[in-house]
Amino acid sequence: MLFKDLRKGLAVTIGYLFRRPVTVQYPDEKLIPPVRSRWRHYLGVFPDGKIRCIDCGLCERVCPPKVIKIIPVINEDGTKSAGKYEIDLGRCMYCGFCVEVCPELAILMSSEDYEFANYDRDKLVYQKESLLKGRNKDNE
Amino acid sequence: MSDAVIGALIFLVKFFLLFAIISVFVLYATWYERKVIGHMQQRIGPKRVGWHGLLQPVADMIKAFFKEDSIPRDADKLFFWSAPVIGTVFAMMAALAIPFGPPLVLFGRHITLDVVHLPSGILYMLAMLSLVSFGVIFAGLSTKSKYPIIGAQREVAQVISYELILATALLNPVIMAGSLDLTKIVDAQSHLWFIFYQPVAFVCFLISMFAVSARVPFDLPEAENELVAGFMTEFTGMKFSLFYFAQYVVIFTVSMLAVIFFFGGWLGPSFLPPVAWLFIKWAFFIFLYTWSWGTFPRYRYDQLMNISWLILLPIVIINILWTGFAIQFGLPYLH
Repeated sequence: MLFKDLRKGLAVTIGYLFRRPVTVQYPDEKLIPPVRSRWRHYLGVFPDGKIRCIDCGLCERVCPPKVIKIIPVINEDGTKSAGKYEIDLGRCMYCGFCVEVCPELAILMSSEDYEFANYDRDKLVYQKESLLKGRNKDNE
Repeated sequence: MSDAVIGALIFLVKFFLLFAIISVFVLYATWYERKVIGHMQQRIGPKRVGWHGLLQPVADMIKAFFKEDSIPRDADKLFFWSAPVIGTVFAMMAALAIPFGPPLVLFGRHITLDVVHLPSGILYMLAMLSLVSFGVIFAGLSTKSKYPIIGAQREVAQVISYELILATALLNPVIMAGSLDLTKIVDAQSHLWFIFYQPVAFVCFLISMFAVSARVPFDLPEAENELVAGFMTEFTGMKFSLFYFAQYVVIFTVSMLAVIFFFGGWLGPSFLPPVAWLFIKWAFFIFLYTWSWGTFPRYRYDQLMNISWLILLPIVIINILWTGFAIQFGLPYLH
């Protein structure tokens, strides 16, 4: 019959017209990110609440855009830990090298916190206090 | 009150009624098309402004009002200002002659349901429809910018392709009805719609119908992914919206023509009023426009010229000869 190509195309689109749309209306409905996805960084702590970081400086050194800054403190027992820990997430490229290189599992990437967009660049510089919150389902 | 005053009043009422119908159609056609196209691509379409995005067209209109009105430095001011007006005015003038139903008798007066009733209505409508393209051509040439000029050149190529087919395809129903009056053409279909006598002419008309309104398989003057927005690249705000208005009025008018000429106009079973039947059939054509928009890629303008001059024109001419022959010698023809 005539116009076979046109009729085939029209049949496809009319079929899709009655299919469910795949759109997710983002702020109203949210997808659950995969378990192994890696988003914002967070600092690991021991069960007693002590920070795991020993200030070896490897993450500072391996970070390609150099966004990690640590100021150490010396504890009473002579060990070192991070007094200040700062990541500029506005410049971070999320390569995950810091997580990979860390010998103490002190810096990790959250598997669920992906909404940290901000209108102010300065607010993207995360300090130790806000970095302590976070969890990774894959590590649990 | 004298007869002339009442006549003028009736004219004004009919005119504003038509204007209201067309304005509502244009507003909600944009919403409806975005919605249907969206669902064809498994998206949702407008959803946020109002219930299921029903206030989206109003929001778009407010936005268009407050847009910056910019005119290119080298533009020809007179033509730049008149181009959107020309398109809209002639498109509206074509719509004036659409009959929306059989003539009424109200308070002893004979009222036709078109704003102006002309004994040769189809000639008038075709003339006005071809004048609409001058708006597009002026828009393209007056801006002195490269994309609009390419758009205007394509429009010229498109006009010389579809005009002839549009008129000659409609000639077949005209021959069969023996009249240029749109009401009489509908009356002539009371036994059987002309689509069943003239399927070939209908296909030719359908193809030129997409070309006349510059919609998707033939949206050459405003090829969005090649020419930014084609002839209306340099237009902003309300001038830009007026081009859309003109385009949707042309779609409205041409779909009505298709219904009147091939699908028996307002004829239908009597459980619905005639106007309802007209608009039900018309809605099918409006859907056809959206459907093809969601489906087809664009033709090149040389392909369009080949289609019309080398394929459609010989077919239509043979069809006209055959129609004349069949009527002259009384070949099977229900009466």
